[in-house]
Amino acid sequence: MTFFFETLLGGLLAGTMYSLVAIGFVLIYKASGVFNFAQGAMLLFAALTFVSLHDQGVPFALALLLTVIVMSVGALLIGRLVLRPLVNRSQITLFMATLGLSFIIEGLAQGLMGSQVRALDLGIDDVPLFVGPLMLSQFDLIAAAAAVVLVTVLALLFNKTRIGVSLRAVADDTTAALSIGINLNRIWQIVWAVAGIVGLVAGLLWGARQGVQFSLSLVVLKALPVLIIGGFTSIGGAIVGGLIVGAAENLAEVYIGPLIGGGITPWFAYVLALAFLYIRPAGLFGERAIERV
Amino acid sequence: MSIPLAQHTAPLLLIQRRMPWALIGLLALAFIGVPLWGNDYWLNAILIPFLVLSLAGLGLNLLTGYTGQTSVGAAGFMAVGAFATYGFLLRLPELGLPVALLGGGVISALVGLLFGLPSSRIKGFYLMVTTLAAQFFLEWLFVKFPWFYNYGSSGTISAPRLALFGHDLNTPLGRYLLTLVTVLLLTWTAINLVRTQVGRNWMAIRDMDTAAAVVGIPVVRYKRLAFAVSSFYLGIAGALWAFAYLGTASASSFDINRSFQILFIIIIGGMGSIAGNFVGAAFISLLPIFLSHAGQALFGGSVDAGQLQNLQKIIFGVLIIVFLIKEPEGLIRLLHNLRDRVRQWPLRF
Amino acid sequence: MSQAILQVRDISLSFKGVKAINALSFEVLRGEICALIWPNGAGKSSLLNVLNGVYRFDAGEIVFEDQHFHRIDPLGAARRGIGRTFQNNALFKKMSVLDNILTGLSRHMRSSFIEQALGLPRARREAEAFRLRAQGILEFLELQAHRDVLVGNLSYGLQKRVELGRALIAGPSLLLLDEPMAGMNAEEKQEMARFVADVNRDLGTTVVLIEHDMGVVMGLSDHVVVLDYGRKVGDGTPAQVQANPEVIAAYLGVVH
Repeated sequence: MTFFFETLLGGLLAGTMYSLVAIGFVLIYKASGVFNFAQGAMLLFAALTFVSLHDQGVPFALALLLTVIVMSVGALLIGRLVLRPLVNRSQITLFMATLGLSFIIEGLAQGLMGSQVRALDLGIDDVPLFVGPLMLSQFDLIAAAAAVVLVTVLALLFNKTRIGVSLRAVADDTTAALSIGINLNRIWQIVWAVAGIVGLVAGLLWGARQGVQFSLSLVVLKALPVLIIGGFTSIGGAIVGGLIVGAAENLAEVYIGPLIGGGITPWFAYVLALAFLYIRPAGLFGERAIERV
Repeated sequence: MSIPLAQHTAPLLLIQRRMPWALIGLLALAFIGVPLWGNDYWLNAILIPFLVLSLAGLGLNLLTGYTGQTSVGAAGFMAVGAFATYGFLLRLPELGLPVALLGGGVISALVGLLFGLPSSRIKGFYLMVTTLAAQFFLEWLFVKFPWFYNYGSSGTISAPRLALFGHDLNTPLGRYLLTLVTVLLLTWTAINLVRTQVGRNWMAIRDMDTAAAVVGIPVVRYKRLAFAVSSFYLGIAGALWAFAYLGTASASSFDINRSFQILFIIIIGGMGSIAGNFVGAAFISLLPIFLSHAGQALFGGSVDAGQLQNLQKIIFGVLIIVFLIKEPEGLIRLLHNLRDRVRQWPLRF
Repeated sequence: MSQAILQVRDISLSFKGVKAINALSFEVLRGEICALIWPNGAGKSSLLNVLNGVYRFDAGEIVFEDQHFHRIDPLGAARRGIGRTFQNNALFKKMSVLDNILTGLSRHMRSSFIEQALGLPRARREAEAFRLRAQGILEFLELQAHRDVLVGNLSYGLQKRVELGRALIAGPSLLLLDEPMAGMNAEEKQEMARFVADVNRDLGTTVVLIEHDMGVVMGLSDHVVVLDYGRKVGDGTPAQVQANPEVIAAYLGVVH
């Protein structure tokens, strides 16, 4: 029984990492209707920038600040050069554009900063901790804590500040928001910048966990099942979705895996998402789209 | 209940029948010119992959460009074709190569049909996720179950024998001709398909599937057909990729990056076009070579291969975005416009 | 075969508590042009959507060609001979006029996809026959000049005509037209009215149309049904309906 709970909790904690990545997506999707495939590449870029600066001897806090600035500038450029010209096109077109974008960012990241795996030391040791009878990873716990803090900050941002309210207005109805004078461009820039920062946090945590390397950008693909289960437009959904995917993956790998050969983590989450699509197409918390002829 | 045609007008069916000189020229070049003058490098490293990628692009285009079902799992179905053909060649060699290829395509079509079943309930973005599931699942399948690669220790497959009517095809020229003939035959059937009611129904589904249903098109059936036919083409392309080009392949030859590559071929070449696939594939095949030569020329041979790859990535990404913004119909549309302007040019005052 | 090709019996349809159609009953006789007028209340298209299966009605039944239906789906409706145009031009924007019209023949397709893929004789003959029929429609609706133009590039009036062609080519016995003259100028409206009349007269197709323009409706139709907030308030010939006090009240409004 203990083993089951350990696996479950381990999965949940790992799931918070997925949630972090998914939150970045939800932010951008809510505000601009784009599924930003480049989120993964942005993650990679953020992590690489930080690691490169840190390795050069730049102190932790400063490196962090510089990375944030770089990501924000990047967000601005993306908005201007990619999003604006494609503003009225279909979802699939926008997705493909972000696919192209991800290639550009990856190429730049590896071109400028090299493609070897870099160790990222955040000063958090991955040692096992004992919580009662359960053995958990200290790193995972801290990552989960970081996720909680981040979500709280975001929640405060969205609900208490003017910018947050404007963001929600834009997400709700872009035309209406425009007509009351909300500066769409500013909002988008802010959203992408925030998403970049969320990406940075996620990137750093993931990078510390498995080394900063190219495959980090593929973590984005895992976000898709999370978003399908939790809904594309809800941060709460992203969190719950991430937890579900993390837990399910872990449990499946441990309990179902041995029956069919193991290593099912690459695809299990998708099958789960498929099942959800059949039962509840909009996700647990998402909005149903109505099609008009 | 038929429409009475006006008595005084004979049915005037104006069909333009022009001699397709360009096409004939290309075919002559392909069948006669290349075998005469081509060297092994060109055949192995450029022409064969170009042809196979065109075929793969064509397969994906039928599903994504014509029927509007976005798929990022193309490489997974290529893998099915490759491994299935391998199975036929290995276990039923008496059936011969053409049957093995067709069999690989048919099995791939069935798998495609299976993964296309959700298209009756989900569409657009979410459907894309199922194709992603297919991609990862199939990759895993061909690694985890040694039966597929005949229990070899390295997980790879290579064609036991590539022969047709007793002739050994395992030479660059032989593989080239095999690929050429296969690609041409399949392209011809694809052209037939898209020009007839099947193609129209597919395009109707792409443009507005609710209206298509109202007009009387069995949408679910055609979506599934698109998945099946697309996977058929992709399967044969996969088999050719493994045996006519690479020689030896494994599941990792058909990973998600390959899927993206095929998607790029159709975006750059032109979605909803047959010729576009060839243009896109040519572009994707030739760009790396062009870049490395340009790199050599500009920097005198001291360019890091890895950096070239990164540069290539950046260029591809930029091109995708530029095409999506400026010319969503791809290079083929640009070429058509160019051709029309060239035709007009002497008469422009 | 009874006189009435379509009987609507006590049909009701609600959207989240709002009754769009309220216990509606009327009959459409074979070969007539019946206009549905709806001055107040939303949901004009809803009625047509109900008739051809895009929406499922909550109560009542529909009798089409003497067959009773409690539900029908769009494909089924198309197969039974109900054709339809839409208010917002549900045309296939990236296909040519000819191709759009040809899609209307999908349900008559007999050859399999293999036959079409390999260009076998039966497929070729069928494609030829389809092309001839499309040619006939193009002539009937005077669209030959635009045959190969992408529908998205045509004017609104022409697009509506293409949609009509697409609905016609399958030879429907009942044609549902959703505001076929919306957004047209006077001249275009005359033309469209002429085409609708031609369709009805030359092909014998029963037409049910929803329309605003009183002049057009009164001149074109044999039978008018007036609805007010989803409820029937008038049913008869144009003259009868025009003289009906309830109808006048619905249009001009009455102080309650």
